[in-house]
Amino acid sequence: MKHLFFGGVHPQYNKEMSTKDTTLHTISPKQVVIPMQQHIGTICTPLVKVGDHVLLGQKIGDGEGLCVPVHAPVSGTVSAIEPRPHPTMGNVMAVVIDNDFQDTAAPASIPSSGDEILHAIREAGIVGMGGAAFPGDAKALSAMGKIDTLIANACECEPYITADDVMLRTDLEHVLEGMLILKDILHPQDVVLAVEDNKAQAIEKIRLALKDQSAIRLEVLPTRYPQGSEKQLIQAVTGREVAPGQLPASAGCAVFNVSTFAAIFRAVRLGIPLTRRIVTVSGEAITEPQNFIVPIGTPFSDLIRAAGGMNDRTERVISGGPMMGKAQDDLSVPVVKATNSILCLLKDKNGAAENPVCLRCGKCVAVCPMRLQPLYLYRFVNSKQPEELERLNLMDCMECGSCAFTCPGKLPLVERFRVGKKLLREAKAK
Amino acid sequence: MNLTVASSPHIRGNFRTNRIMLDVVLALLPALLVGTAVLGVRALLVSAVCVACAVGTEWLYCRLTRSRNTAADCSCIVTGLLLAMTLPASVPYWQAAVGSVFAILVVKILCGGLGQNIFNPALTARAFLLLIYPLGVTYYHTPGADAVSSATALHQMVIPALPEQSLWDMFLGNCPGSIGELSSAALLLGGAYLVYRKVISLRIPAAYLGTVAVLTLVFSKTGDPISWMLYSLFSGGLMLGAIFMATDYSSSPVTARGQIFYGMGCGGLTVLLRYNGLYPEGVTYAILIMNALVWTLDRYTAPRRFGTGKAGAAR
Repeated sequence: MKHLFFGGVHPQYNKEMSTKDTTLHTISPKQVVIPMQQHIGTICTPLVKVGDHVLLGQKIGDGEGLCVPVHAPVSGTVSAIEPRPHPTMGNVMAVVIDNDFQDTAAPASIPSSGDEILHAIREAGIVGMGGAAFPGDAKALSAMGKIDTLIANACECEPYITADDVMLRTDLEHVLEGMLILKDILHPQDVVLAVEDNKAQAIEKIRLALKDQSAIRLEVLPTRYPQGSEKQLIQAVTGREVAPGQLPASAGCAVFNVSTFAAIFRAVRLGIPLTRRIVTVSGEAITEPQNFIVPIGTPFSDLIRAAGGMNDRTERVISGGPMMGKAQDDLSVPVVKATNSILCLLKDKNGAAENPVCLRCGKCVAVCPMRLQPLYLYRFVNSKQPEELERLNLMDCMECGSCAFTCPGKLPLVERFRVGKKLLREAKAK
Repeated sequence: MNLTVASSPHIRGNFRTNRIMLDVVLALLPALLVGTAVLGVRALLVSAVCVACAVGTEWLYCRLTRSRNTAADCSCIVTGLLLAMTLPASVPYWQAAVGSVFAILVVKILCGGLGQNIFNPALTARAFLLLIYPLGVTYYHTPGADAVSSATALHQMVIPALPEQSLWDMFLGNCPGSIGELSSAALLLGGAYLVYRKVISLRIPAAYLGTVAVLTLVFSKTGDPISWMLYSLFSGGLMLGAIFMATDYSSSPVTARGQIFYGMGCGGLTVLLRYNGLYPEGVTYAILIMNALVWTLDRYTAPRRFGTGKAGAAR
């Protein structure tokens, strides 16, 4: 039974740009920058000192509470431990490693029992790789005994990005193995691999791979943004809505990105921590759009150079997708665990107006997947009325950008909603 | 290289204010064409006066106040044209001009400008003209016979009696009336274009016309309820009102449920005013009354919060 999620938009996808050739090239950066925070939760403390020699896969930072460790993605020498720019978190303490190009690996340890599996997922530093970067073991733990549906998210609904698509085409077995690992410890009745229908080659491959088994089923969803958002995907697959402020487990679901499942497989079966990921480097301003598999910590500038460089007229470089990603001004920032793409974009021809005016056309209300009323939120942010923002559930906004994308008056909706959330938090703190 | 660091989203859709406004103008052209064919070239000239005065007023206001030229968003063209659609072709040009200036200056700009005005500018201006120049705005002539006053279908329905025109003539627009209200066929065509271009949703027109249809069928004033209903739908400014006036962004609700209640309210009031009002027509005042309720409707018809109610409590 198919459901639909509410609202959403149809941007230009431009995904074919980076899938002409699905060969995954790699690069070996001279230096990697490993931020001590690449997840939601508490920051890691460095476990190494400047001058230490580290091995590939060696744990170099760890912490208490909601936290997963970070590992050296190359072997080499620690040349600095200092705050460095991070693509989404400002300046963050980082361990800088000079690559010795030997890739001397640290010994792997492979777990056996169920409890050890969660521990192995944590020790491998696994986070949600679709962008949210929630610690993988904590997510699995929150779902334990509460879920009937396990969903692998391969929607990849943001334009340009094809990292998950390429993962499915080149490494499908590891994704499916990873799904079976979590199936064994979470015991869901339904295990779903959810893909949007604009990934024909991947879907064909999955159909073939799933032909003779019944443990996992494929769900092909009609392409629409933001289907890959956790709450919207749960709605699309099960028809259920996650209650405000609740975890997906409250709706009986756990959702992991397909790349996360592949990382879980490598951690649990091969004992390899999360030190590499697929990154789409694309956009109109990039010479040769393509996907890379690179060590985490690789500077954006190295990847852009490896893709043939970018056009002089590049207006924005974005970490993530064009709908929700973050614009960068310092290209020395490293790829982190949640970096699925680096986009170099030219000036948007439909871009913002000089004088944005709300027409009250109501298109924002029609497209908001959280069923908010963006035009009224915008008005009440501008008039600084936190009690009205509270009444209209501003905090439900996940900043997907559907409203701003659709707005004919080109209002800076998402930008103002961030201001409004701050206003609301301050008002509550009083 | 200078990289822009701006908020997401970094791409935008191709909807634009002026494109939407030009779509509305395009959608009105069939009705204007029929009006000109039936009532003569004066229909076109009245429309030109209204549009010119509307654009001129907005442009002049921006010049005098040294503010950004908002005439470029093209919404004043729509307002001018919509006002012309509600006027008889015989209206004195200067009265049309007064109405047009009133619509832009008083009802739109002084009420906050585009998207801020509570009342539909074209309809408010028509109501204003009806008040100060009642003769100029209600004097209709028979198609083909210049300067002969004639009763519109609605005048005859006040008697009450079925109008002398055939239903088919009414549908196509071969009947006396205001410039833009003659042909239901042309207006429906324009409406279909607006729905196709996603400028408007079907909710308001469908709720409006549906309510009028049901009420006139149930409370028919003649022995032939079906004909009475169809004449009611095709006569007066109902199609123009339901498709082009009640869907005005600024003065209609944004929530789905709000739009349906609003359409039903417009329909109910239209029938009430037609049956009991001073004028044979009720569309203008019905929509203006509902305009006043828009913000309240929006407030009490907010969509169900995500994750609450049935789907949220499914488990």
